[in-house]
Amino acid sequence: MITVHSVNLSFAHNGATLPVLRDISFHLESEDYCAIIGPSGCGKTSLLFLLAGLLQPDSGTIDITGSPRSGTILQNFGLFPWKTVSQNIALGLVLQKRPPHEVRRRVDSLLEEMGLSGFGEHFPGQLSGGMQQRVALARALAIEPDILFMDEPLSSLDALTRERLQNLIVDIRQAKGISTVLVTHSIEEAVFLGRTIIVLSGRPGRVLQIIDNPDADTDNFRQSDTFFQRCIAVRQILAGEVDGPHA
Amino acid sequence: MDRTRDTFFALLVLVGLWEICALLLDSMALPEPWIVLLDIIAALAGGNLLDDLAISAVRALLGLLLAVAAAVPLGLAIGAEKPLRKRLSPFIYLLYPIPHVVLLPLIIILFGIGNLSKIFLIALIVFFQILVTTRDAATNINRNYYYSMQTLGASRLQVYRHVILPACLPKILTALRISVGTSVAILFFVESFATTRGLGYRIMDSWGRADYVALYTGICSMALLGFTLYLILDRLERRICRWNRTG
Repeated sequence: MITVHSVNLSFAHNGATLPVLRDISFHLESEDYCAIIGPSGCGKTSLLFLLAGLLQPDSGTIDITGSPRSGTILQNFGLFPWKTVSQNIALGLVLQKRPPHEVRRRVDSLLEEMGLSGFGEHFPGQLSGGMQQRVALARALAIEPDILFMDEPLSSLDALTRERLQNLIVDIRQAKGISTVLVTHSIEEAVFLGRTIIVLSGRPGRVLQIIDNPDADTDNFRQSDTFFQRCIAVRQILAGEVDGPHA
Repeated sequence: MDRTRDTFFALLVLVGLWEICALLLDSMALPEPWIVLLDIIAALAGGNLLDDLAISAVRALLGLLLAVAAAVPLGLAIGAEKPLRKRLSPFIYLLYPIPHVVLLPLIIILFGIGNLSKIFLIALIVFFQILVTTRDAATNINRNYYYSMQTLGASRLQVYRHVILPACLPKILTALRISVGTSVAILFFVESFATTRGLGYRIMDSWGRADYVALYTGICSMALLGFTLYLILDRLERRICRWNRTG
């Protein structure tokens, strides 16, 4: 469904060109779920921006077949502080000029689904970090996307809230049959949420390895031996990158 | 209503200080507050103080409204659209620091000596204060807000309505509150010539007649006008920018 072929990206900075991504290629099937992991500054956010269409590559191609609807959750400032929780969730539908009663119904059901009932009239600034992320998730889901792009959606949360939201993401993906692409710097999160794990090198980001992780969808995966072994495998690849000749 | 009580207390302290100063100075130029209060009541009941207050209020309000109507859209566009910012900012840079009051002769030649030139001068001066603040606020909106809107498929006009205007509103209202003081000061200046109506005229007239009690009645009325405008804007900000107090 998504084919990325020899993509290069660089930024102009103070007159110099700074390479960000080098020769990135991979392929994702529909209803796949993918995690992109790499050291900080490796360009993984830029890669997500490319996939979401917020940036254009210098060279190479990104083909997304079937023009699916996509929802995106950005790392910070994704929610609008001047809009209530309900208004934030409704925004995508309002921009599409959907009839108000349909918007109302959709927002109410999402509030309930995300455990946000009773918080519709609150402003994001009045909510905890975990609740804000659920609002962001609800807003992205409101337009019923086929693909969900997420940029470190859980990085600012405490461990327990984080695991709970990871489970929620799995539940949503399974219930709605949507693809997810998630950028993270947490090894456990990548292994838990990625059927395909793309490991990037330090800047400029190259694909170090693409790991097949078919067990990610099984019950109690978080407690299984496979989970720990995959985490160790990813950690070794990343450690090799940090201590290796490229560092 | 703690704030109301505290404000009332501050008013009592100020009037008390006035009373002490009046007693110490024992000068015709500083009558005691209760004498002025009696004169205000008499002027409200029998004289034409209410008319003067009304005409001054209308002049100040129209000046402010005219300034907002012109400065806010222009400021938002200059701040948010890079090409406009590049081309028009030098003009603001050159025109803003000029003391616009000196344009009075020109304004009178163009608009006559009636209400129009008075309102126009107030609007002109306040225009620049609001324009500069609005432009700066629109320039500094976090880029992630734009990305969020882009992922939801917003048009440029929708970006203005849902992001640029609401993000700048708190700063615009602060600029307006500051401008209230300016507008009342300019009001005094423009009402000191070529008119026989308004609080500014009242002050100049009683000064000329050395009627110091009437002079203070005019001063107090002008202070009351400024305070009322300030109060209205304060309420407006609390209402529109409720979210700003939640962060």
